[in-house]
Amino acid sequence: MVLKAFFPTCCASADSGLLVGRWVPEQSSAVVLAVVHFPFIPIQVKELLAQVRQASRVGVAVLGTWCHCQQEPEESLGHFLEGLGAVFPHDPWLQLCRERGSQFWSCKATHRQVPAAPGAASEDQVMLIFYDQRKVLLSQLHPPAALPDHQAGDASASTGGLAAIFDTVARSELLFRSDRFDEGPVRLSHWQSEGVEASILVELAKRASGPVCLLLACLLSLVSAASACRVFKLWPLSFLGSKLSTCEQLRLRLEQLTLIFSTQKATGPTELMRKANMLVSVLLDVALGLVLLSWLHRKNRLGQLADALVPVADVAEELQHLLQWLMGAPAGLKMNRALDQVLGRFFLYHIHLWISYIHLMSPFIEHILWHVGLSACLGLTVALSILSDIIALLTFHIYCFYVYGARLYCLKVYGLSSLWRLFRGKKWNVLRQRVDSCSYDLDQLFIGTLLFTILVFLLPTTALYYLVFTLLRLLVVAVQGLIRLLVDMVNSLPLYSLGLRLCRPYRLAAGVKFRVLEHQAGRPLRLLMQINPLPYSRVVHTYRLPSCGCRPRHSWGSLCRKLFLGELIYPWRQREDKQD
Amino acid sequence: MEEEQKFSDICGGRLALQRRYYSPSCREFCLSCPRLSLRSLTAVTCTVWLAAYGLFTLCENSMILSAAIFITLLGLLGYLHFVKIDQETLLIIDSLGIQMTSSYASGKETTTFIEMGKVKDVVINEAIYMKVIYYLCILLKDPMEPHEISQVVPVFQSSKPRLDCLIEVYRSCQEILAHEKGTSTSP
Repeated sequence: MVLKAFFPTCCASADSGLLVGRWVPEQSSAVVLAVVHFPFIPIQVKELLAQVRQASRVGVAVLGTWCHCQQEPEESLGHFLEGLGAVFPHDPWLQLCRERGSQFWSCKATHRQVPAAPGAASEDQVMLIFYDQRKVLLSQLHPPAALPDHQAGDASASTGGLAAIFDTVARSELLFRSDRFDEGPVRLSHWQSEGVEASILVELAKRASGPVCLLLACLLSLVSAASACRVFKLWPLSFLGSKLSTCEQLRLRLEQLTLIFSTQKATGPTELMRKANMLVSVLLDVALGLVLLSWLHRKNRLGQLADALVPVADVAEELQHLLQWLMGAPAGLKMNRALDQVLGRFFLYHIHLWISYIHLMSPFIEHILWHVGLSACLGLTVALSILSDIIALLTFHIYCFYVYGARLYCLKVYGLSSLWRLFRGKKWNVLRQRVDSCSYDLDQLFIGTLLFTILVFLLPTTALYYLVFTLLRLLVVAVQGLIRLLVDMVNSLPLYSLGLRLCRPYRLAAGVKFRVLEHQAGRPLRLLMQINPLPYSRVVHTYRLPSCGCRPRHSWGSLCRKLFLGELIYPWRQREDKQD
Repeated sequence: MEEEQKFSDICGGRLALQRRYYSPSCREFCLSCPRLSLRSLTAVTCTVWLAAYGLFTLCENSMILSAAIFITLLGLLGYLHFVKIDQETLLIIDSLGIQMTSSYASGKETTTFIEMGKVKDVVINEAIYMKVIYYLCILLKDPMEPHEISQVVPVFQSSKPRLDCLIEVYRSCQEILAHEKGTSTSP
C-alpha cells in the first residue's frame, strides 16, 4: 500500500527537526502531530513522548525527520538525518524534505526490517496529505446513520479509517499544551506553538459557572419539590394538571432547566450539545416572550384586547343564529319538526347560560389578561400554551355540544345497526363475538320494525346536528393543533447546533473531502484534506430536542371511521389518560 | 497528464469528459453537463408571465404581476442553486478512497467521500427504464459480512453518460482497484 503521511499545514514552514506522531499500521498511514526542533537531547524527547503516551493513551513516537533548508540538503546532513534513525528506532522511517520557497517536497520512507530481501532497505511510495490541525482537533465526526441491526459491539470497526485520524489528533491535546514561549527542554512546533489559544470571557464564565450552577440547582430543586407535594396529586388539581397544556409546558421547562444547571459535568460531546441547545432554546423563548409583553403593553393593546374579547366570547350569538337556522329548514332539507325543536331549545338554553356567565366575568377580564400577559416573561411557549388553554375554555360549550351530538348520533347508529340485524332475522352473539341467525317472536319483530322506522326517519336531523357540531369542534382542534405545532417547534429546534453549523462549519463534520494540489511528475502526490460539514437536515435530525411527544394518535382512516360511527375523538392523548 | 474527449448522454446532449492522471495511484474524471439552454429559459419565463397577465386582466390587481416576477426570479435562483448540475467529478485515490463532487450552476459544490475500506468494487449496471440504460456504480461492503453488498452508490447521476464513456472510466477505475488489491496488506 502507498504510505500516507498526514502533515499539519502549520508545520509546513517550521524549521528542520524530528517528526513526532502516531503510526497506524492497518492503513499504512503516519499522522504527524508536531515537529521537534534542533537542538534537543534524545533522552528528554523520549521522556516527553512517554509522558504524552501515558496521559493520552495514544501511541506517540518519533516517526522520522523533517528538513526545511535553503537548497537541496548536502550529503553530510543526509547521513546525520539517517543516523537519527538509529537513536529513535521506528519502522518505517520517514524523511520529508522541502526547499525554502519551493512548493514541491520530496519524501522517502525506508523499511528496516524486510524479511524477504536481506541486506538492502526497501523504499515505499509516499503520499502527502495536508490537514488543518486546529479544525481537525475541534471537529466532531458524525458517521452516516448506522443500520438498526448494528449494535455498539462494532464500535471498533467504525474507528477505522479517517475516524482514527480525528481520534489521534483530538486525544493528543497534551502535546499541544506548550508553546514556544515556554522554557521547556524540548522545542515543539504545532498549531498552538505561537501561543496557546484562550479567551478571557470563556475562562471567567467557567470560573463563575460553578457557584451559579449550584445556586440555581438548589432553587430549582426547591421548586420541583414544591410541585411534587401531595396537594397536587388530589383529584381536581391532578386532572386539571394533566389536561392543561400550560402545566405540561412548565413541567418540560423545569426539567430542562434542572438538566442545564445540574452540577454534574457533561459526559460527552452529545450531552454538551444537548445542554447548549436547551439553554439557547430557553433564552430565545424568554426573549420572544419579553418582546411579546412589550408589544402588548404598548398603546394599551391589552385594554383593546379585553374590549374585543367579550363580544368575541359572544361567539355564542353566532351559535344562536346557527341553531335558529337549523331549527328552520337548513339548506332546503326538511327536518323532523318535533325533534328539531327539542334539540334546538336544549342547545339554546345552554348558550343562554354561557352568555350570562361571560357577562358575569366581563369586568374581571382585563385584570385576568394582564396577569396572564405577565406569564409571557416565562417564555413565548408558556404564553402560547395559555392561549391554547384559554381557547379551549372559551369554546367549552362547543365541546359540550359536540359530545351531546356525538353521543346521540352514536346511540342512534348502534340502535339502527342492531335493529337492522333484527330486520334481517340475525342477532349479535356476545359469547361467540359474531352475527348469528335468530328466530324472533312476532311481537318482537313488530316493535323492532317500528323502532327501526322511527330511528331511520329521525336520522337526518340527528346527523345534521352532529355534522355541524363536529365541524365546529374540528375547527377548534385545528387551531389548537397549530398553536401546539408552534410550541413544539420552539421547544425542539436545536438552535445552538444550527448556529454552530452556520458560523463554525468545521465543528460538525459529516466526513472529509480531498483536493489534489499542484503536482509535478516525479514528486510525491500532495492532497489537501478539508472537513465536509454536516448538512442542515442531518444537524436538525441528530440534535433534535425531545419535546412533549404527544403526536396525533389516529391515522386518517381510523379518524374517518370514528367520525362516521359517532365515537368521540381525543386528538392529543396525554401519557396518563386511560379512559376513552 | 490531461485529456479531453467528447461524448453524448442518454438524451443526446453533448458531454465533455476530462481525464487527469496525477500519478499511477490517483486519477480524476470530470464530466461537464450541457449548459442551461436559453430557449427553454425563455419559454418558461414567457409562459409564466403570459399566465400572470391573463390573471391580471381578470382580477385587475397589479400585485399578480409583481408576484409573477418575484416567483420567476426565485424559481431561477433556486433552480441554479439546487437543481442544475454543471460538472460531476470522480476522484479515485489508491488506498485512500473514492470522492464524488457535484458542482452546481451557482457555484455550490457537494462532495461525498467513500473510504477504500468500504469499497467492494466499481461496476457498470444495467437498468430498464423505458429503454435500457447503463450506469456506473460503486458497491459498498457490509461491515458485518465482508462478502455481502450493503449499498449501491450510483455515480454521474445527473450527466448520465452513455456506455462508451462509462467503459473508459470503468477501465481506469479497475486498474487502480486492481493495483490497490494487489498491494493491500489488510485482509
